[in-house]
Amino acid sequence: METAELVIGSKDENGNGNGAHAAPDGGGAVTPADDLGRLPALVESLLFAAGRSVPLSQLIEALDGPSRAEVLGALEHLARTYEREGRGLRIVQVAGGWQLRTPAEHGPWVRRLLRERPPRLSRPTLETLAIVAYRQPCTRLEIEAVRGVDAEAVLTTLIERRLVRIVGRKEAPGRPLLYATTREFLEVFGLPDLNALPPLRDLGDGAALLAATEVKVAPEGVEVTLESPPPSGV
Amino acid sequence: MNAPCTVRLPIFEGPLDLLLHLIKKNEVQITDIPIASITDQYLAMLEELPELNLDGAGEYLVMAATLMYIKSRMLLPSPGEDPEVEEDPRAELVQQLVEYQRFREVAVALGERNVLSRDVFAGPGEPMVPGADHETPVRDASLADLLDALRDVLERIRPPRAHDIQREGLSIRACVARILAGFVLGPRRDFASLFGPDADRAEVIVIFLALLELIRLRVVRARQAERFGAITLELAVGTVEEATERVRDLGQTEQWRGGEGQDGDSGARDR
Repeated sequence: METAELVIGSKDENGNGNGAHAAPDGGGAVTPADDLGRLPALVESLLFAAGRSVPLSQLIEALDGPSRAEVLGALEHLARTYEREGRGLRIVQVAGGWQLRTPAEHGPWVRRLLRERPPRLSRPTLETLAIVAYRQPCTRLEIEAVRGVDAEAVLTTLIERRLVRIVGRKEAPGRPLLYATTREFLEVFGLPDLNALPPLRDLGDGAALLAATEVKVAPEGVEVTLESPPPSGV
Repeated sequence: MNAPCTVRLPIFEGPLDLLLHLIKKNEVQITDIPIASITDQYLAMLEELPELNLDGAGEYLVMAATLMYIKSRMLLPSPGEDPEVEEDPRAELVQQLVEYQRFREVAVALGERNVLSRDVFAGPGEPMVPGADHETPVRDASLADLLDALRDVLERIRPPRAHDIQREGLSIRACVARILAGFVLGPRRDFASLFGPDADRAEVIVIFLALLELIRLRVVRARQAERFGAITLELAVGTVEEATERVRDLGQTEQWRGGEGQDGDSGARDR
């Protein structure tokens, strides 16, 4: 009787099976939690076994039966349950898929158990990564123009750590290499996709900003002598 | 020339970083930098930075020159009769600082996220068989994709044991034959299956070169379902026999054969 086939919803209550199914194309229409049956638990098993982030399409394929809306409903149901019951896992959307992760507030204990050295993310690393993430694909020169310092060493480290990869060459003089962020980048920073990056503050361009403030040109030379730091000879 | 007080200087990530530090310290707006004062302070800081490493020094000095240039332009009366029209000499620098500031902000935001293996953890999970039937390869894998996959393989290699037994030399030709032999079982195989569990670094690289050769000769295609996905190799010709023929025909004049023939006594030939 019990096969790998999954029946969603209780046919008894509705008289017919169709009522329990969500509209196939209605993205917002989520099957009520009661009707999901063991789907949430099954999804939980899949995510646990996979470890890594699993795309929705692969979950649907593995479950072989439930609709997209039902699987999504199960994921959301599971996420809410974890949250509400204060459990030791969370379901997060990361790198184009869904993944089970420990909540951040449990980090210190997990770290102690695993004796793992947390990845070091220095300022140059993060700044370079940020530029690549927003400007990708971009060349080394473009990165250096923003940070004002040589980027080669940092880029090498980022490539070794698989946060950045070379994606090709720019059709420009010298055919410089083009860099872009990786799937690991999304995973490490817990981003569903690149659109989830925090927005770059729009500060406008320098000339406009200068025009917006009072431009004091002439008197500045006079001010300096008063403001300058104490001469080192004192 | 003793400084009246010694200040522990923060580590600066470059001239722009140092400039932003000064701007913050002086409580002035990026958009309205008292250029003369900031320039003096910048130069003073440069003198205090005890050991500017030589690589970085150039960048700091270029900025010093830029600052002094802007300062001079601001002190000089403008040649044009209408000072309103003239562009503020600071504009370009301001633009650069603003841009850097923006990325510094998002860099901080990135660093504050829940970072995997630092704040949050995921289970290792079961290794999924790459190239399993749900992943239909749809695109040709680029050299970058192949190199990514190679990196994966190299990372898994165990560190060399203290007493390593001398390996048999492995030639690209032998590896080509070995890769093709693997296709006897089916027209497709995983990239990862090329490398045995005991393969050392040199072996992995020779096998990889052999694969590149086969791809170049259009005998094998490397396909991928999605970016960063597993790479599947498939025969681009009908059968293994055909592939072997083709490699023999095409390979006859090719470098890797000729090359091996020339330095015949080097380790890179069949034994």
